[in-house]
Amino acid sequence: MKLDSSMRSIDLQRSELEAEVLERLDNVIDPELDEPVTTMGFIEAVKVGCDEQLVEVEFRLPTYWCSPNFAFLMAFDMRIEIEKLDWVGGVKITLNDHCFGDRINDGVNGNRDFSDVFAEYCNGEDLTALRNQFQEKAFIRRQESVLLALKKQGLSDLDIVEMTMETFDSIDFDDEEAKKQKPRYRSILMSRGLANTKFDSAFVTWTGKGLTATGLQAYLSHSRGVRINMEFNGALCRGLKDARYKELVIEKSDSVPIKFIRNVATPSAVTGGK
Amino acid sequence: MYKTANGKEIFVLDGHTHFWDGSPENQSNVHGKQFIDCFYAYHSNLSPPEQLWEKSKFEKYSEDDVYRDLFVDGPDDVAIIQTTVLSDFYKNGFSSVERSTKMAARNPERFIVNGAFDPRDGKKALEHIQFLKDKYDIQGVKMYTAEWNGDSKGWRLNDPAAYKCFELCEKLGIKNIHVHKGPTIIPLSLDAFDVRDVDHAATEFQNLNWIIEHCGLPRLDEFCWIATQETNVYAGLAVAMPFIFTRERYFAEIMAELLFWIGEDKILFGSDYAIWTPQWLVEKFWDFEIPEDIAAERGVQLTAENKEKILGLNAAKLYDIDVTAKLKQLQNSPIQLAAAG
Repeated sequence: MKLDSSMRSIDLQRSELEAEVLERLDNVIDPELDEPVTTMGFIEAVKVGCDEQLVEVEFRLPTYWCSPNFAFLMAFDMRIEIEKLDWVGGVKITLNDHCFGDRINDGVNGNRDFSDVFAEYCNGEDLTALRNQFQEKAFIRRQESVLLALKKQGLSDLDIVEMTMETFDSIDFDDEEAKKQKPRYRSILMSRGLANTKFDSAFVTWTGKGLTATGLQAYLSHSRGVRINMEFNGALCRGLKDARYKELVIEKSDSVPIKFIRNVATPSAVTGGK
Repeated sequence: MYKTANGKEIFVLDGHTHFWDGSPENQSNVHGKQFIDCFYAYHSNLSPPEQLWEKSKFEKYSEDDVYRDLFVDGPDDVAIIQTTVLSDFYKNGFSSVERSTKMAARNPERFIVNGAFDPRDGKKALEHIQFLKDKYDIQGVKMYTAEWNGDSKGWRLNDPAAYKCFELCEKLGIKNIHVHKGPTIIPLSLDAFDVRDVDHAATEFQNLNWIIEHCGLPRLDEFCWIATQETNVYAGLAVAMPFIFTRERYFAEIMAELLFWIGEDKILFGSDYAIWTPQWLVEKFWDFEIPEDIAAERGVQLTAENKEKILGLNAAKLYDIDVTAKLKQLQNSPIQLAAAG
């Protein structure tokens, strides 16, 4: 189909706005996995309405049964992140193919306070407490990966527990995972106020206590336990997501494919999917 | 029976298998479809490519498939068939005790069929337990604490209604309580993953064996802590097993934690058939060693001796099976398969 130049420029502008939305969505983390919903491939479609007011996001999860409270968290966070863009007039989040989908969609798109909606649908659970719990797990996991890498690079336990932020910032990691987690660990330290200046300790517990050289081994073994638990979900989720929608791709290969952004499609290619 | 490279014969008791009907004809609604679809995703995600089944076979496999996959191609000597009713999703139940018992009747010495109940059914649950004992003489049950029932979004092993049921189980000699604590179906809240109720129930009912399927993943650390305190708590390896293929190091870490905390006498093999078949799982497990760095961390290793316990000897004790006598009995009763064609 041929497009005239004005249509082309509207399309171009729309895809730029959609890219901005996607960038915001990079900040939405699957709380169980500590991975952005974008790289996990959960985002199914991003659409910016013709009047550039309404942003619509569709997403889906690895299984129909994925825990509704995590789905709620992600849906709320998507709305919060997108509303940070000053040009956005409205947001509509849709979770597809989920056993609790209708209630999650009503909850996130309604006008009620998130914590009320959450408490009502999730057995009175406290939204803030749940967020905190997962922040702590993310902290431990990010920290463990840099700690293990430092040990592998030959630093002594004493070097590690006495390390300042200044030294930490100057370290080049060989290990891929540690390279990825270094800035993420740093950001969580800063945002929680666990380290504020370059003279502060780079390694403390979640409650801000210092680590000791003699206690490091036991501390790491606890961290490993946290990681083993998180990885169980992570390994399943990643694979299940691929397996669940593999079938769909096969079935729909002759029509316009519904694709997971970042896995296969560019943002502008996605809007025709639904 | 699994034969090792040097000819040693290993008794295999598969602690967690199913005989389900998830076919579209048996599905009551979209939940039924999504449930079997989710199982199929587990299967296709964590199996070696050469082990993949067609969807239609996976939805409903035959009695012959069971015998062949477990006992002819597979190394199982005895398999425990678990019951999962899901009556809201499936017209005749997903894997019912009736259908499994009928299947098992062709080779009864090969099967242990377990029942299931929901304590939230109150008096009806108690009647059902009595019925299961009278009619099927069950030795064990499978519990799913995250299941929805009316307004309830799950229950706990230490709920008063549950205690009444376990009291009856104890009285009737239904002593093996398999509890699903792992990947959850319809978990509403984090509590669904919680394993602390195991602690209370296991302390209260010392004469019952508590087999925690999927070893409490994703709460392995808490589970290990509880299982260490309680002598009657066991770890079932279903769903942890297939990581031996997709994520070897991760599987090694799980095994190292279990061996270190709860020890080799309290870990039970389970294939979770038909999500996975035991043949490749047992083969890989027998050849598996925990990588040196992980083994050194915990000071444990998988050996021929503890693998043999995990694959069958531990479960045999819980189900009062004399392994030597059982092997002799099985030698005299070959598998019955329908005539080819």
